[in-house]
Formats: sequence, C-alpha cells, structure tokens
Amino acid sequence: MSYLSTLYPAYAEIFLLVMVCVILIVDLFLTNPAKTLTYMLVQLTLLGCALITVLTHQPGVVHLFNNMFVDDLMSDVLKLLSYLTVSMVLVYSRHYLIVRGLFTGEFMVLTLFALLGMMVMISASHFLTLYMGLELLSLSLYAMVALQRDSAVSTEAAMKYFILGALASGLLLYGMSMLYGATGTLEVAAVSDAIQHGVQNKALLTFGLVFIVSGLAFKLGVVPFHMWVPDVYHGAPTAVTMLIGTAPKLAAFAFVMRILVEGLQPLMTHWSGMLVILAVLSMAVGNISAIAQTNLKRMLAYSTIAHMGFLLLGVLSGGIDGYGSAMFYAVTYVLMSLGAFGMIMLLSRAGFEADTLDDFKGLNQRSPWLAFMMLLLMFSMAGVPPTVGFYAKFSVLQAVIGAGHIPLAIIAVLFSFIGAFYYLRIVKLMYFDAPESHVPISMQPDSGLLISINGLAVLALGIMPGALMSVCAVAVQQSLLLQ
Amino acid sequence: MIFGFHLLSVAIWLPIIFGVLVLATGDDKNAPLARIIAMVGAVLGFLVTIPLYTGFVRDTSDMQFVEIHDWITRFNIHYHLGVDGISVLFILLTAFFTPIVVLAGWKVIEKRVAQYMAAFLIMSGVMIGVFAALDAVLFYVFWEAMLIPMFLIIGVWGGANRVYAAVKFFLYTLFGSLLMLVALIYLYNQSGGSFAILDFHHVAIPMTAQIFIFIAFFFAFAVKVPMFPVHTWLPDAHVEAPTGGSVVLAAIMLKVGAYGFIRFSLPIAPDASHYLSGVMIALSLIAVVYIGLVALAQTDMKKLVAYSSISHMGFVTLGIFIFNAYGMEGALLQMISHGFVSGALFLCIGVLYDRMHTRNIADYGGVAKTMPVFAAFFMLFAMANSGLPGTSGFVGEFMVIMGAVKVNFWYAFLAASTLIFGAAYTLWMVKRVIFGAVANHHVAELTDITLREKVIFAVLALAVLGMGLYPLPFSEIMHASVNDLLVHVARSKL
Repeated sequence: MSYLSTLYPAYAEIFLLVMVCVILIVDLFLTNPAKTLTYMLVQLTLLGCALITVLTHQPGVVHLFNNMFVDDLMSDVLKLLSYLTVSMVLVYSRHYLIVRGLFTGEFMVLTLFALLGMMVMISASHFLTLYMGLELLSLSLYAMVALQRDSAVSTEAAMKYFILGALASGLLLYGMSMLYGATGTLEVAAVSDAIQHGVQNKALLTFGLVFIVSGLAFKLGVVPFHMWVPDVYHGAPTAVTMLIGTAPKLAAFAFVMRILVEGLQPLMTHWSGMLVILAVLSMAVGNISAIAQTNLKRMLAYSTIAHMGFLLLGVLSGGIDGYGSAMFYAVTYVLMSLGAFGMIMLLSRAGFEADTLDDFKGLNQRSPWLAFMMLLLMFSMAGVPPTVGFYAKFSVLQAVIGAGHIPLAIIAVLFSFIGAFYYLRIVKLMYFDAPESHVPISMQPDSGLLISINGLAVLALGIMPGALMSVCAVAVQQSLLLQ
Repeated sequence: MIFGFHLLSVAIWLPIIFGVLVLATGDDKNAPLARIIAMVGAVLGFLVTIPLYTGFVRDTSDMQFVEIHDWITRFNIHYHLGVDGISVLFILLTAFFTPIVVLAGWKVIEKRVAQYMAAFLIMSGVMIGVFAALDAVLFYVFWEAMLIPMFLIIGVWGGANRVYAAVKFFLYTLFGSLLMLVALIYLYNQSGGSFAILDFHHVAIPMTAQIFIFIAFFFAFAVKVPMFPVHTWLPDAHVEAPTGGSVVLAAIMLKVGAYGFIRFSLPIAPDASHYLSGVMIALSLIAVVYIGLVALAQTDMKKLVAYSSISHMGFVTLGIFIFNAYGMEGALLQMISHGFVSGALFLCIGVLYDRMHTRNIADYGGVAKTMPVFAAFFMLFAMANSGLPGTSGFVGEFMVIMGAVKVNFWYAFLAASTLIFGAAYTLWMVKRVIFGAVANHHVAELTDITLREKVIFAVLALAVLGMGLYPLPFSEIMHASVNDLLVHVARSKL
C-alpha cells in the first residue's frame, strides 16, 4: 500500500489545499469583476470536499501523522457542516460584495484558508495541530476583517482583533507549554493518560489549565474575554462578520471538545467551575448589553456572547447529554446567525448598509415573506417553540438539570428571558412600526431562495428536531467512547 | 378517525393548514377570498370536533381518542394526544369560537386581512393542541407557540398603546413558561426518562421539590389565569387588542392557565397543592373581591370587562383549590360559561366601538333607543356576567360557592360577594351605556346590528341560556375524570 493511500482521512484537507492554490493561480488570469468562474470553482471545491469527507468516512476512530490528526464521526459531521456553512456564506455575500467591489479572489482564497484552519482544528488530536489550525483560521480572518482597506472602522476592528487574538494565542501557547512541562507530552490522549496516572507538579498543571481556558474563552468570545467581539462584528464588512460569526463556532466547539474533554477530562472538576463563571457572566453581560444596542450587528455580537455562554453550560454539564447538547446548540446557532446576517445583506444595497435596528421598521409592509423569515429567526434565537432554537436551549437545560445544577438552569432561563426582549424588539419593529424607507428590496434569486430555505429550516427542524439531535449525540458519543 | 386520520390531529392541524392557505392568498387585493377560506376553515375546524363530544365515553376517566407516535426519540418525547372529561369541552369551546372571531373581524379588519385571519386560525389549532397534548414537551411547544400569533394580533391590529401591551403580554407569559420548562425537565429526570404527563402524575417527589415544582408551575399558570398579583398584563392586553383578540384571550387563553393547574399542579404536586392551598385560596378571594371593586371604578368598558374576567377567574381557582367535587366541577363549568359570556361581552363592546370609536362609558347613553336588538343581547350577556339564575354564569358560581361552604363558611361568604359586586359593576355599566336619554348626536346616529352580528349574538345567547337552563350535557361529561382527579390528589406522593 502506498503511503499516499494511508492518508485517506486527510484527503479532504489535502484536496482543499491543492484547490486553494489552483484557485489562487486561476484567479490571476480572470478580469471579470463578478469573478463568476472563481466563485463556481470555490463552490465546486466545497462540494468536492463534502464528497471526499463522505466517501472516506470510516466507522471508528482513525489516527494519522503520529497521532497528530484524528478522523472520527464528530469531525466528519462538523466538517460537513462547515462546508455547508461556508458555501452558504458565499451565496449570501456574493452580491453584497460585488456591489462594494470586495468580491475579489483574495476574499475567496482567504475564506477557503480559514476553512482549512477550521478543518485542521476539528481533526486535531495534538495540541500543536490544534494551535496550527487555530492560527491559520485566525490569520485569514484578521486579513478579511481589514479587506475594506479605506474604511477606518474596519481597519480599527482588524487591529483590535489582531492584537487581542495574538494575546489569546500567547495565553494558549503558554498554557500548552506548562501542560507539556507537567505531563511531558502534547498528544491529547497521552496528556489525559498522564494526568490520570498522577502528575508530579499539580500547580503547574492547574496554571496551565487556567491559561488554556483563558485562551479558549478569548477565542470563543465569552465574558470577561469578549471585548473584541462587538467591535469586530460591527467593523468588519457584513459578509466577513457572517463568516466570523458562523463556521468558526463549529471549530471552536471541536476545539473545546478536543482540549477540555478529550485531553483534560481528568481535570473536569477544575475547568467546569471556571466554565460556570464564564457561562453565567456571558449570559448576563451578553443579554443585558444587547438590549442597549441600536446597531443590529452589535446586537448580534452581544447575542453571540450570550449564546456561547449557553453553549458552555452544555459543555460543563458533561456526559453525552452535555456534549451532545452543546454540539446541537452550536449547529443550530450557526444556522440562525447565517439567516440573521444574511438578512442584513439582503436588505443592504449599493451605498447603504441595513445594519441598524431602524432599517427593519415596517419590513412586513415592504416584504411580508422576508419579515416572516426574520420572525422565525428571531423567535428561534429567543428560544421560542416551534423553532429549532427552543430545542437547542431545551437540550442544554436537560443536560444541566440532569447533572444536578438546577440553580444554574434557573439562572440560564432567567437570562434567556431577558434576551427574549431584544429579539422581540426586532419583531416589533418589523410588524408594528411603519417603514422608514420605501425603496424596493432587490433580492437576488440565489440569496432570496437561500434565506427562505434557511428560515424554513429553522421551522422544520423545530418541528422535527429529533434526527439532528441524535446525530450530534451519536457523533460525540463515538468520538469519546472509542478514544 | 376521519379519512384515516386521528380526530384530535385533524382538530389541531386542519385550522393550521387553512391558516397557511389563507396566508397564501397574499395581500389585501384578495381579502374577500381570504375571508371565505378562513370561514370555511373555521367552520370545518368546529365540525370535526363535534365527534369528540358525541363519541366520548362518559363513564371512564381514561384518556380517549389517544394517538401516540415517536417524535424525538433521543429524549423519549412522543407526539401524544388524548382527551379526558376535563379537556374535551375546552377543545370544543376553542373550535366554537374560531368561526365567531373570523365573522367578527369580517368587515372591521381592512388592512392585512389574510394575516389577521391566518393568525386566528393557527392560534386556534395551537390552543386545541394545548388541551390535547399528553406529552409535556408537546404541551410546552403548543403553549409557547400560542404566544406568537397573539403577540402579533395585539401588536399589529391593536389600539393606540398596542406595542406596550403586546410586549408586556409576551414577556409576562414567557417568564412563567420558562420556569415551568425547568420543572418539566426536572420531572423528566425524576420519572426515569419520560415526558408523558400521565407518568408525571405517578412520580414520587419529596415535599421540598414538590413545593418548588408547584411554584414553577404557579408562575406559568397564574400569569395566564391571571391570578392576583400577576394579573396586570390582562387589562392592557384586552384594551389594546382588536375585538377578536380580546374574545380569544378571554374565552380561551385564560382557560389554559386554570387547565394547567388541573392537569399539572394538582396531580403532580398534590402535597404541595394541599400545603399551599391556603395561599391559593387567599389569592383567589382577593381576585374575587378586590378586583371586583377595581372593576367598579373603571371608565373604559373593555377594562371593566377585563377586570371582571380576573374576578371571575378567581372563582375558578377557588373552586380548584378547595378540593371537592362541587368546587372542581363548578370551576370547570365556570370556565366554559365565562368563555361564552366574556367572549360575548367583548363582541358587544366591539360592536359599539366599530360604530363610535370610543370605549369610554361616559361617551354613551341611551343606546337602547337607537339599537334595540343589540341592547337586548347586551342586557342578556350582562345578566349572565352578573350570575343571574337561568344563565350559564349562575351554574358555576353557585357550585363553587356550595363547595366553598363545605370547607369554610367565610370562603363562601367572600366568594358570594361577587354576586353583589358582579351585578353592581356590570349592571351599572349597562345602565350608563344602554339606558337613559340619548347622550349625544353620535349615539343618535347609531344603526342597529347587521344580520352577521345578529347571527353571532344569537348563537352565543343560545349557548348562554342553554347552559344556564340545562347544564347536564356539560357536567355529565366531566364527572368521571373529576372524581378520579380528586381521588388522585387526596393520595400523598411523599
């Protein structure tokens, strides 16, 4: 058997890398401002990745590259969802970016590099692989935030994102080095074994854990490490905000799973306590600050902070229920925020950003269908059935209560109650107020269709959430039990 | 079974499907078509619930017309429907009111007709779902989904202060519901992994936990009933809602709260229910007496009827928490009667409002001179609201008072005061609005009710009188279930 054929679990990553290089070169020869060929190539690449991931799927867990890379059901599911998300991001943002002259080859290549970073993170079973994936993702995103060079807000956002991101990476690396000092290895499974067999220097281990959790919290954007989130969400072009706010959350979930659950499971009593504080603070600060926002992108940024807090509740509850519910939460969150950012881009037009709350006034009179889709998305974010957001909250709460943290569950529902107010305000603006602008909404057929699918998916998954829930639970279960 | 479908599923989904069809008619160019489809859906929706009554087996407390399918297997959640003697009548009541509200909004609603009609049809299906659900998660989904159309109805078609009222309504009810969700998930864990409501009834729970569960349910249900002191959303919501919204709110949506007490609080936490019954009775009596007095002071007709609703619902919760058959059956009959009567009164106010665009009592006077037919109907419903024997209002109140006498004379005494207060505020309003000299030229120009309005009122008058004179068809259906419930509640679960 040739060496190449043993690499099959990483075929998707390899294919993507090759294609990115091809696209980079092909794009040099294209002068068409709409970049249709590049765009089609990117979408085909994503389709190809999906096919490869499905075809190379193997039951069980496969390790590769001296245990630095792992392929299991969870990684395959998360990767497939990431392809889908990135593909949706591109469909939503194509017209928006073309109008603004930002639909360049670089944008697409950087998007794909970010995706590659996510894939590496998702499949990492070594702290260094994780770090490498994270940096690939982050560096691509820093550049993308600054894509609109002449916009002061964007540049400022990129600067903030870069400096704080670098700080977080530093914290993470420092934590990893301490972990290495304590256990003598950086392999996820070996770290777990070493801790279980007793570590000489407990203090070093705990310090390392604190740094790692802080670094993770930075990347997830949870309080008190959240300061970059609103500025970056607000400053970046909406298409980039959408990318930052969606697919990387899936990778971040995988990151949490690989480091905290697979690697540092024996220290769960320590890190779950830290996560309680992070989660409660995030839900509090996120939900309360969101009320005060007048810019929808900033509001969604705070809402993300609150949602990430809720997601951490699932993680800290532990067990298949806890991790499964956190994964389900991440997936549904991505679906909802795709729709919400997609709506902003749909309503925007040349020279006009529909990103303040007032731009949504009277949407029901301008376009009842879009208003209805946004209604579904907002109720879903608020966690009102029959939308899928309810089941996300429901399954996390089930895990939290199952783990015996009833006061935590009550705190969580109280903050989601506060959160319901600002989602409700959007519905109020759309349905109860008179429109401020009567400019007809020019919907592109592709993104118009996609937003309908997206909104209806939120409803359909809300009526039939069972399958997706089970997929998440099974994926998490397999990758944990078979390690 | 209808064409191979289970009856309850048809009752739930038929109005919803028609609601979607109505939405599909699009903007107001097609309003006449939207109205007709809505009416057909509403009438069909009512017709399919009739076999639930005729086919109901009276002498068992078991669930009937049961339908069960797997839904979310991961958490053992089922699509589980069924009715017993307690819930079946509310399904009929809900379906009965849908054609009435569609008809009531026929002419008055001119903007976004399709959305208005669709909201009512969808809400009707969802409310039937609340009464038919036997799985806690299914119940919760319907329970919350009910808020969305009502929120939109108040906010889009409501009065001047509609936004405040709609948001207040939504947040008040959401707050209670979320705590209930925590309680339901706790029960799921306690029952060893089942969300079936009937399984919850048999889970042994320690006293402290029972009290917490009771409190969580209390927040969810008391807000909906609404009980004193969480009633303040109701007058706002009623005043701002369009007529149809007020009717559904008063006739059906308040009942789901009391239904929740009967279906969840009592059987799941019987010991806590007994332990806290003193508090519940006190709150109920405060509602009856104090809110009755508040109603007396109102100058806005809709507000007056809204406060009267809270006062009457106090009777219902009193009847539930005195734990005897008179009280419980009285409470259920009172709920149904209040549905008819308050619904009718809000329609009457709607009729006046459509013509005069004011709800102020002071702007009226001598309406009987210009609208004699309307005045006769209004008088009848007012009498029913004050509990005149021979009308439906009397039956439930009388039974609850009978039940209360058995427990404590003073409960009964205070409760009976409603017969005075109720008569006072209702009849005083009628006197000022209907009788006396014609107040101003607006009243002088009033035209009497149209045929469409006459049909609505005649149907409701028939219901009010029929139930008042011959309540047996309503009460016999609930005997077995009520007795079984009382036996269950008397057993300790500690």
